[in-house]
Amino acid sequence: MADTLLMGAVAYDPKVVTIWEGFVRWFAARGLPFDYVLYSNYERQVEALLAGHVHAAWNSPLAWVEADRAARARGRVARAVCMRDTDRDLTSVVLVRADSSFEAVADLRGKRVAVGASDSPQATLIPLGHLRAAGLEPGRDVEVLRHDVLVGKHGDHVGGERDAAKALLEGRADAACVIDGNHLAFSRDGTLPPGSTRVLAQTGRYDHCNMTVLEGVEPALVARFVDLLLSMRYDDPEVRPLLDLEGLKQWLPGRTSGYALLEEAVDGLGLDLTIG
Amino acid sequence: MSHVDLGDLGLDRGGHLLIKQALSTVPVGGVVQVIGRHPALPVHLPAWCRAQGHEVVEVGPGGGRVRRGAAEVGRWAGAERAGGPAPDGLVARAPATWGLAARGALVEAGGPTFDYPLDRREQVWADDAPRLYTQAAAAQWDPATAIPWDAAVDLPAEVEAAVTQVMTYLIENEVAALQVPARFLAKVHPHFREVLQVLAVQVADEARHIEVFTRRALLRGPALGLSTVGGQASLKTLVDEPDFALASFLLSVMGEGTFVSLLKFIADHAPDPVTAAVARLSGQDEARHVAFGLAHLRREVDHDPALRGRLAAAVERRHSALQHTAGLNAEVHDALVLLAAGAWTPEAIGRGHDRVVALVGEMDQGRRHRLKMLGFTEGEAAALSSLHTRNFM
Repeated sequence: MADTLLMGAVAYDPKVVTIWEGFVRWFAARGLPFDYVLYSNYERQVEALLAGHVHAAWNSPLAWVEADRAARARGRVARAVCMRDTDRDLTSVVLVRADSSFEAVADLRGKRVAVGASDSPQATLIPLGHLRAAGLEPGRDVEVLRHDVLVGKHGDHVGGERDAAKALLEGRADAACVIDGNHLAFSRDGTLPPGSTRVLAQTGRYDHCNMTVLEGVEPALVARFVDLLLSMRYDDPEVRPLLDLEGLKQWLPGRTSGYALLEEAVDGLGLDLTIG
Repeated sequence: MSHVDLGDLGLDRGGHLLIKQALSTVPVGGVVQVIGRHPALPVHLPAWCRAQGHEVVEVGPGGGRVRRGAAEVGRWAGAERAGGPAPDGLVARAPATWGLAARGALVEAGGPTFDYPLDRREQVWADDAPRLYTQAAAAQWDPATAIPWDAAVDLPAEVEAAVTQVMTYLIENEVAALQVPARFLAKVHPHFREVLQVLAVQVADEARHIEVFTRRALLRGPALGLSTVGGQASLKTLVDEPDFALASFLLSVMGEGTFVSLLKFIADHAPDPVTAAVARLSGQDEARHVAFGLAHLRREVDHDPALRGRLAAAVERRHSALQHTAGLNAEVHDALVLLAAGAWTPEAIGRGHDRVVALVGEMDQGRRHRLKMLGFTEGEAAALSSLHTRNFM
């Protein structure tokens, strides 16, 4: 099994098993022995990556920052080798009710802001970083209403964001933070009736998940893995359902230029990202 | 450059439809200008494009420019038409991956594989199926209004009891006639749409028959009649038959065909108008069931003459299985005599008996006729008909 590429993923939803079981078969049919290990949370997965239990980790953006920093602290190098097309150039939005009087982020001073899980980059960390940058210190200038659904899974589960949106609609919060795509999705599925909310602010662009690899893993094995991921085509009926489940149309090369906003946010918010 | 104006419509209320339509008019890689006044457009446009695999070249208040991605085209690469909608679009064997798709639909590649053991045209199809379905749908009758439930029914107690016994017997036979096609319904590939429809109406017909026979049985008294070991043993061999061709043969050609004679007999000699009506209407439906069974078996026998041997063997096997049972129970036989007699007098009973004897002869003639339609010789047909269950169905 030494030549098997072993990847870690976080089990935020039962579909994760369907996705990676499908990929196991797809990789095997193309000559790459591949297997996966599921972790219940990203911190455990990053520890496992650092300990060499897995060759690659399918990391949330926060898990990437954790892995990158932990690697640097140990004199090692983490690389983002691959990501989904849908992981690039995301934004989050600060929503208010359409009939409210807020016109700028500064108007939220003294108000209550609903966010997702405490470790969600998109629904908590980056939006709160945005408020900080606009001069509102979370916890001091604005009250933060957290919706801690599945902490450790970095907001992968949409429940926290949906709860934040409902809190806004029901008047339990003055504003809510969600990812741009979920504002559209919640408006379309009726969670937020069209016209009930408006976008008060939009964060800058940031990137989401990436496939993280540390130096020291057999380069040819990593290259084969990445080449195969990049070769997956949406017009391949065998792999298309898996891509649909994983939420992408195509894999793209990894990049690390899209994590500055998150790094800024975790530093500003004073998060302890120490691993191990 | 192609462009689309959403006006005040947002992507949260269907604006994506206009954008999709506009993108479909340019080749993959082509650019569409999207303009609109919805305040969330600059947020929603990139989010939607990201999820759909389109590239946002530029976005700002009032819209943006979108480059069409290849995903939508890729989704339909390798898609296949599931035959054609009309019967001339049938294929010889329907692929498992067409699944539940409407015949003639464009089926995305990579779908789940369904398990439909009856997936070959020769196994299930009859050229008459579309016509028989249309006829069946048009001939549906409402049990509440088609039967003169309020007509005077005032029979001697013994004759009323005979009618109740005959109805009790008919009910258990019709339950079998409901369950046999129902068992095969989910095994027939949906490509053979008209066959599913014929079988579904057949099931619904039997449900109605069970209703009206039950209602007639209980019209004058609170109790149903007898159910015998011999009758149930005969029906069990029918319900247990796992092969579609053999089950259709035993049920429709042999059993229901015989029942057409029986129901006509009951309608002709019924002692009251309600009994006459339930038998007459049910008999019409049964004749259609026989027509479908015969039509598809004739086709299958033409295609596979060896099937004839298996059909004959099925009758012989059923005969062997039932030879130690009583066949038609005496209670049902006597009840038929009394029903046809209509009165409790020696003359009437003698007449009723003669009529039942004549009925059994007619049933035999009918079976021989249908067997010959399936290509059996006169001698084979006579022999097989004589082996048919004495329980009629």
